[in-house]
Amino acid sequence: MARYVPPVQSKLGQIIDVIVLVVLSVGALFVPLWLGLAGSAKLPVPVENPTWESLGQNPVMVQQWNKLGFPDAASAHDMITARYDYSFSWVSLAVMVIVIVGYFVMMIRFSDIEYREVIAEKFGEK
Amino acid sequence: MAHSDTDVDHTAHGQSMGLLRVLGPAHVWALGVGIVLVGEYMGWNFAVGKGGAYAALIACWFAGILYSCVAMIDSEVTSTVAAAGGQYTQAKHIIGPLMAFNVGLYLVFAYTMLEAGNAITLGFLVDTVAGMTGHEGGLDQRPFIVLAIMFLAWLNYRGVLATLTFNLVITAIAFVAIITIFLATSPLLGAGEMLHKDLMSGQASLPYGWLGILAAMHFGLWYYLGIEGTTQAAEEVRSPARSLPFGTLAGIMTLLIAATLTWYVCSGLMPWEYLGDGVNGAVAPLFSAAQISGSSALVWLLGIGTLFATLASANGCINDASRAWFSMGRDHYLPAWFGAVHPVYRTPYRAIIFLVPIALIFALGAPLDQVITFSILSGLLGYTFMPINMIMFRKKWPLDTIKRGYEHPLHPLPAISLMALCSVTYFAVFLGYGTQLIAMIGFYIVVSLWFHFWRYRFVKRADQFTMPWPRPRGY
Repeated sequence: MARYVPPVQSKLGQIIDVIVLVVLSVGALFVPLWLGLAGSAKLPVPVENPTWESLGQNPVMVQQWNKLGFPDAASAHDMITARYDYSFSWVSLAVMVIVIVGYFVMMIRFSDIEYREVIAEKFGEK
Repeated sequence: MAHSDTDVDHTAHGQSMGLLRVLGPAHVWALGVGIVLVGEYMGWNFAVGKGGAYAALIACWFAGILYSCVAMIDSEVTSTVAAAGGQYTQAKHIIGPLMAFNVGLYLVFAYTMLEAGNAITLGFLVDTVAGMTGHEGGLDQRPFIVLAIMFLAWLNYRGVLATLTFNLVITAIAFVAIITIFLATSPLLGAGEMLHKDLMSGQASLPYGWLGILAAMHFGLWYYLGIEGTTQAAEEVRSPARSLPFGTLAGIMTLLIAATLTWYVCSGLMPWEYLGDGVNGAVAPLFSAAQISGSSALVWLLGIGTLFATLASANGCINDASRAWFSMGRDHYLPAWFGAVHPVYRTPYRAIIFLVPIALIFALGAPLDQVITFSILSGLLGYTFMPINMIMFRKKWPLDTIKRGYEHPLHPLPAISLMALCSVTYFAVFLGYGTQLIAMIGFYIVVSLWFHFWRYRFVKRADQFTMPWPRPRGY
């Protein structure tokens, strides 16, 4: 197999490639944050006139809350009642599975095409 | 001290230059445990928030199984691939360039995000200590975050031996601090202040039911995330076939002990709602446990332990992320400018400097749980690659074709177990953080297409295969 000679990349081209990667990677985290879509819906469930008992706290728990700087039930209310919402749709779960499996299948197929070129050039055609 | 060169590399100045082989098994242990031990000092407790204290313990042990599989698989492949880049280099030789490019990015982002998380925790710690010593109104944490990252980057710039020797010392101190608080608060030697029975009764036992156990696997990975980083030092270890498996497996055993002790101490002292809130509650749970114990000696010890653990981890992360970035530059997967070695210090200095602002963007601009999730997701994608890699490795080069420094037992059981645990963890991340999961995979799909259809043209084909292995079977 003829040896592949890659083109020489200009300095400007190298800089543009780095910028593309940085923009994509920063975007992957910050775009969901900016759109308010990232993170979980862990929200407090309001309890009227909370007491330690109404928040489900036994005397030992109350003693530890006090040590942690929460003198009364109202001060710990938001933390105690906050819960994740784990409800989900099967459609969104299926989309996630398809995206992950599709990503790996695509990557392995493209990698294999490239790998065959590497092996052919390294060891010669079979 | 041995100074023999490894794979010869060329700097931008045209000089032949390679990384130095100066590290022993203790440094490998320090690199792995140093990166990860901070996971006991912060972040793991989000698992309590996602499922309760029992769920976090079950997640801790299942994640321990996952990482034992990772360590076994990694040790076998790495004992034959002694080159910088670790899993990146493995992927290049076993699956192909695009996989290697993705694995390189997994490593860079997992470690850079972990570094950012460490810096955030360090800022919190400084602020808390200032408050304890009488400062009112809170501190601006940003200068401390910037200084910590800059100092550690400078240390990495100056040389790997000093960097990892520094890690060895501060990691050992942080580990001793965990043992000390366990002994001081448990009935074994201390006052026996543990309150598990009362703190984990009623609704507190499993607040989300069995679904919470699955959900907790998301942050359960944080107990150990980064142990696979030991392989990044392959090119700088004096005897990779012996030191890497020894250092990695000793590291995972250390972490299993530390993780279990940490869970025991923290869940026995704090209500799960406080412990599980790593943003407004227990940002640094072991430090909070020391505060609640009432012992000022423990407060100082765990404060120092938290500080050292964050520094050791950030230090190791800079080391590993820069090696992966450097390797990709050297292979032209990224601009070749990043593939240079410093002419005096023999470190990948351009990669080290380039990643500093990236870490700062995330440390200064994103909340801790988001940064941790970003790191975990990159790590998780890397763990999904490993069983595929292992199965292909054994298929392309059966045991009788390449001599391994270490052969992992029961193949393919560890690979299958690892894949199953990874699938569970994807579902765990999906519960609550599904948008980030999709955004992240979307990012990797886009950069994969960018690499395959654009960047790959700059890559020399045969140069991607540098190991003295025979032709792979089936090719």
